[in-house]
Amino acid sequence: MELTKFMRSIKELSKEEYLLRGHTACAGCGAAIGLRLLFKALGNKVILVVPACCSSVIPGPYPYTSFAVPVQNIIFEATGATASGVVAALRKRGVKDVTVVGWAGDGGTFDIGIQALSGAAERETDFIYICYDNEAYGNTGIQRSGATPYGAWTTTTPTGKKERKKNMPWIMAAHRIPYIATACPSYPLDFIKKLRKAKEIRGTKFIHLLSPCPTGWRYDTSKTVEIGRLAVQTGMWTLFEIEYGKFRLNSPSSRLVDKTRRKPVREYLKLQGRFRNLTEEGIEKIQEWIDEDWERYRKLDSNQYV
Amino acid sequence: MAQTVIDTANHIAAYAAKAARVQVIAAYPITPQTSIVERIAELVESGELDAEYIRVESEHSAMAACIGAAATGVRTFTATASHGLVLMHEPLHWASGSRLPIVMPVVNRALGPGWNIWADYTDSMSQRDTGWMQFYCADNQEVFDTIIQAYKLCENERVLLPVMICLEGFILSHTYMPVKIPDQEKIDDFLPPYKPKWFLDVNNPLSHANILSPDWYMEFRYMMQEAMENAKQLIPEIDKEYGKYFGFEHGGLIEKYKCEDADLILLTMGTMGSEAKITVNNLRNEGLKVGSARVRVFRPFPKEEIRKLAENTQMFAIIDRGISFGMEGFLAEETKASLCNQKDQPLIAGFIAGLGGRDVTFKTIEKIAKKSLQWMRRGRVEKETVWVDLRK
Repeated sequence: MELTKFMRSIKELSKEEYLLRGHTACAGCGAAIGLRLLFKALGNKVILVVPACCSSVIPGPYPYTSFAVPVQNIIFEATGATASGVVAALRKRGVKDVTVVGWAGDGGTFDIGIQALSGAAERETDFIYICYDNEAYGNTGIQRSGATPYGAWTTTTPTGKKERKKNMPWIMAAHRIPYIATACPSYPLDFIKKLRKAKEIRGTKFIHLLSPCPTGWRYDTSKTVEIGRLAVQTGMWTLFEIEYGKFRLNSPSSRLVDKTRRKPVREYLKLQGRFRNLTEEGIEKIQEWIDEDWERYRKLDSNQYV
Repeated sequence: MAQTVIDTANHIAAYAAKAARVQVIAAYPITPQTSIVERIAELVESGELDAEYIRVESEHSAMAACIGAAATGVRTFTATASHGLVLMHEPLHWASGSRLPIVMPVVNRALGPGWNIWADYTDSMSQRDTGWMQFYCADNQEVFDTIIQAYKLCENERVLLPVMICLEGFILSHTYMPVKIPDQEKIDDFLPPYKPKWFLDVNNPLSHANILSPDWYMEFRYMMQEAMENAKQLIPEIDKEYGKYFGFEHGGLIEKYKCEDADLILLTMGTMGSEAKITVNNLRNEGLKVGSARVRVFRPFPKEEIRKLAENTQMFAIIDRGISFGMEGFLAEETKASLCNQKDQPLIAGFIAGLGGRDVTFKTIEKIAKKSLQWMRRGRVEKETVWVDLRK
């Protein structure tokens, strides 16, 4: 299915807001942009399952909430399992027009929640799982996660992380689920189209949303969209889909297969305080890894099986 | 027509789930609970039980899925044991704090190391502070009846707390006994469909379990304590009503046997309570005034009933199939705490017996009773906690 089927222009979006004013996200929060787009894309016939993460704080404290859809907050590692329970109960109640969405951070997905997610995917649970990835435990004050990239400062990697980030989309691809996509709030149309497409597909859908985080990445709060764009333009983050096992790059990543079209990763790294301690050698290493990944993407694009 | 079946407590628990018309089951296998989830799978796949069955990848996920399902407004069931139960510890708190009426048989089994699959109450006792109600059963009939009663209790708006139905591994779980299963029509009449007051609904979007500041947290916890107190009132009522419907009652909070004139009361839980009745009969034949009180409900703890029993007896001998290390048996602790500030307290001796599935027969209990009677006559308990049949 071509993504253009789902939307051509941002003007087609509803004017309704389901992320209400007064939420408590940090200024410049990429995840908050993601939430707003999520609700705009899917409307309010959505039940959200949210584990411990920034988004359990963003709605604000009882008795208030800034989410105008029903939300089940749940313990850190349980998103996939609790969503399974919601999906089963809706089926039992005969409710057919509601989309269940798991909305979890990278810690709750890559690390503590990977078991429940894997189980839900293996059981072919009919829901959309979105990992909004700010590459650290943001809510607890920026600790390292399995999603933190090599070289990044966090409070538990004060001299920079020594290991690489897990390849989560590939882990999900190994589950043979029908739809996997990456996205970034800096490319709202792409994200919205992918959400709408995921909604049409039965089974487990996994969307990996890079969510720039000024608080954890140490950049100016006005630069979130720019940082997200640079992530894509340098090829550090790649927009793609894996649909029924077949890989396809999406625009603008699809125009960056030729290395000369990609900006050097240095441009992305240098804007963020978290990479301040990276050595020249470290930067070169990251550039090499990006180029290696892109060699793989080139071979897979378009429509080769992962 | 009511039907008599001869089956294990585990299969009976599965039939009770079916009779309660549970709508979502999420479960993970663990010895000695497995034959519950196996029989439920057969019932679901044959179409006899019209329910969604989620075969989760861990007990933690079993409870997390039950939370999701119950919050979406359906009658929810799971079962576990031992290590599975303690893995569930975190979602147990979440389920009770979310005020979700989930019913869960716990097939009591020891915790390792070393690996031990036999009966022991330490698993469920270590979950006593999770905000779950806890029933302890003495036979297979009680397992069936208590599961039906439990849904009636926990779905009551004055309660809305989840329930564990504890039954001892192998002693009940794998032992065949005759059980009367009432007509489905009558059960439906006793236990109407679950009508939740609130659930995850796009037409009425509520946020469940969001941030609760110090400004509100205490009020919500107080409401849980109130719910437990309400349950204490409702449990005997529901047990009586059940008795009127189906002919079986199980003593409400505490099943008392020949306690009225007893000098010594044997305080037990679960199947040790059945054995204790035989001991009582034998000792009564010897002219000894002994009674038995089986604590059926451990949470909410029947403080007031314990106090009433204490008023008319000289001594409690309390037998625990489990211990809180560094203190004493669980039932002994709670009983003593219940009697604090009461006048004329009876002597109390605690006995630790049957850990890790070691047999506790009426003969074991007879020894305990005779030792206690000796102390009672001397007016002094020589040892606060006795480990019964311990190798030296």
